[in-house]
Amino acid sequence: MEKAKLMEDLKQQIIAQLNLKDLTPESIANEQPLFVEGLGLDSIDALELIVLLQQEYKIKLSNAEDGPKVFKSVSTMADYIIQHQTENA
Amino acid sequence: MADHKKISAYSIVRNNTVSKNGALIFEYEKDAGANDFLLAAYRQFAINYPKFYKMDNLCKLGIIAAEVLLKDQTFESNDPYATGIVLSNANSSLDTDIKYYDTVANIASPALFVYTLPNIVIGEISIKFSFKGENAFFIFDSFNADFTTHYVNNLFDTTGIHRCICGWVDLPGNDYEAILFLIEKKETLNEQEAFTKENLNNIYYTSNGKS
Amino acid sequence: MSNAVFVAGAGIISAIGNNVAENLHALETGTPGMSKITLLDSAHKETLPVAEVKRTNEQLAAITGLPAHITRTALLSLVAAKEAINDANINIQGLRTGFISANSVGGMDKTENFYAQFLSDKNAGRLRNVINHECGRPAEIVADALGIKHFVTTISTACSSSANAIFLGARMIRQNMLDVVIAGGVDALTKFTLNGFNSLMILDNEFCKPFDENRKGLNLGEGAGYIVMVSEKVAATLKTKMYCTLSGWCNANDAYHQTASSPGGTGSLLAMKGALQKAGLSANDIDYINLHGTGTQNNDIAEGTAISTLFAPRYPKMSSTKSFTGHTLGASGGVEAVFSALSVKHGLIYPNLRFHTQMKELSFAPETKFLKEQSIKHVMSNSFGFGGNCSSLIFSGV
Repeated sequence: MEKAKLMEDLKQQIIAQLNLKDLTPESIANEQPLFVEGLGLDSIDALELIVLLQQEYKIKLSNAEDGPKVFKSVSTMADYIIQHQTENA
Repeated sequence: MADHKKISAYSIVRNNTVSKNGALIFEYEKDAGANDFLLAAYRQFAINYPKFYKMDNLCKLGIIAAEVLLKDQTFESNDPYATGIVLSNANSSLDTDIKYYDTVANIASPALFVYTLPNIVIGEISIKFSFKGENAFFIFDSFNADFTTHYVNNLFDTTGIHRCICGWVDLPGNDYEAILFLIEKKETLNEQEAFTKENLNNIYYTSNGKS
Repeated sequence: MSNAVFVAGAGIISAIGNNVAENLHALETGTPGMSKITLLDSAHKETLPVAEVKRTNEQLAAITGLPAHITRTALLSLVAAKEAINDANINIQGLRTGFISANSVGGMDKTENFYAQFLSDKNAGRLRNVINHECGRPAEIVADALGIKHFVTTISTACSSSANAIFLGARMIRQNMLDVVIAGGVDALTKFTLNGFNSLMILDNEFCKPFDENRKGLNLGEGAGYIVMVSEKVAATLKTKMYCTLSGWCNANDAYHQTASSPGGTGSLLAMKGALQKAGLSANDIDYINLHGTGTQNNDIAEGTAISTLFAPRYPKMSSTKSFTGHTLGASGGVEAVFSALSVKHGLIYPNLRFHTQMKELSFAPETKFLKEQSIKHVMSNSFGFGGNCSSLIFSGV
């Protein structure tokens, strides 16, 4: 899937999965840090993103330590998905 | 004498209404469900705390009741260890237990699982208001004013707390009910303000339309 | 009038034994209770070790006289509570007796099976399997069986629940509201909890290694632990020797996160400090700490940091008995109170199993050998729960 479209989808899915009701997809920048600063997500949100990857993209992140790298921003998440979907194909 | 304890304030959230010290301050559509009501109350009181959206309904209920209770109350010290919290209910975290369990069939949700304990309400209130004093959560069939007054009086006598938030926060689905009392070590001006089980019951049952 | 609260009896059932003697034997021989899942029909059967009580519900029912279809939580609770009362050898007739029990799952073991059947067919499933779902039911069932009516309540504050139950009991004795209290807690393994903890990614797929640098998480366990506490007046009438006193306790809130502990272990530190203050002791007086020590990255560093802050440079011996029993959640405070009381009574220090590498941030390591004939005057037992609820108990020799 094309990266730009994937990132738009991801923003909507993240908002839904993490109950970020005050946010719109437009307010999340592609390279914006998701954790600490930026959106200020926490460890439970990280786990929910792992669930999101599995539910929407059938990708299993079994090593929680890879989380910070993969979930750094919407852009890194999209890269990871594209890479692993190609591997699964 | 500083031996006296006073009911400095109380907040009640039930039947899609919110009241403080007996005065109605917010009313929502009677047939709206808990989800809609809690969000409407959050916006009404301009609570501005994004973490609210991630909480389960029991915690949302507790946070709204606490926010209303503590608004405009002034404390001499901001000592985080000076505030104790003692809450109770009949249904534990049942509403969220069910929602969480529905996800187990597919992929268990960590965000729901963390709320499958009733004392997380105390955790969320403690985090928002930076309270670090003693806290406890009890399960009773119904609001137990006798136990609450005994327990809280003992906390005042044996620990370093200056004030205590106590009461009942229960959410069996849409039939929720929260009543929080703010108790402080203070001279009482009149009998109705004294921290006694009779006064607690009076407030609880009169406002409930139950007698 | 003295304020002393005496521990007159203890009862326990866990993955390492069905009574006090069996538990002590396992602790002495270094025999942990973890294994593959046998009692739950779970997708994680082959991958996640748990610490199960080695008794089926039918066997527990036969021992207790409760029906076999009743929730496992009530069955486990009654076994341990009965042992504690028998051990204390008290006739509770005419005494104001309380039963304060804690748990986190209630009757969930039965409900989750009912629910699965019910979802697929509204006529399936037996209603008798859900009537005891509520958190407060196991305590009521057990109190009825024991004939305790004066005061019965349930505390539900996650992993600190039974520690909180215990000091509530002590308070009520000091306040002269009760003469005798059986206090502690219970939890049974359920798919609900197993899946939940798995979703938080804090379970170890091998046997846990508390306080080890390479720890990977906790193993869930089940069981029940109760102590019988009495006032000084009642203690004077008893022929059996008292185990110890409950001399200190404290509860505080970490106010940091719903499930993680703050890096400095603020809540833990407050609880331990407060317990020492209540007991009129200093850190130097503690001979052994029974750690909360779940084996998760987060708990052990938070607890370890708090211990460093409070005890450095002189550290007492310490260990996590969760390396034997797993994390029994609502029961852990009660189970570990039993181990702590036994430690004071018999001069024992328990080993922390599977420890190999000291945590790099800490300048102390847990004890790895079982020690007896130790001079133990004061034992501290930590129980830190989700929701930032942190409790610490101190048991002292008589």
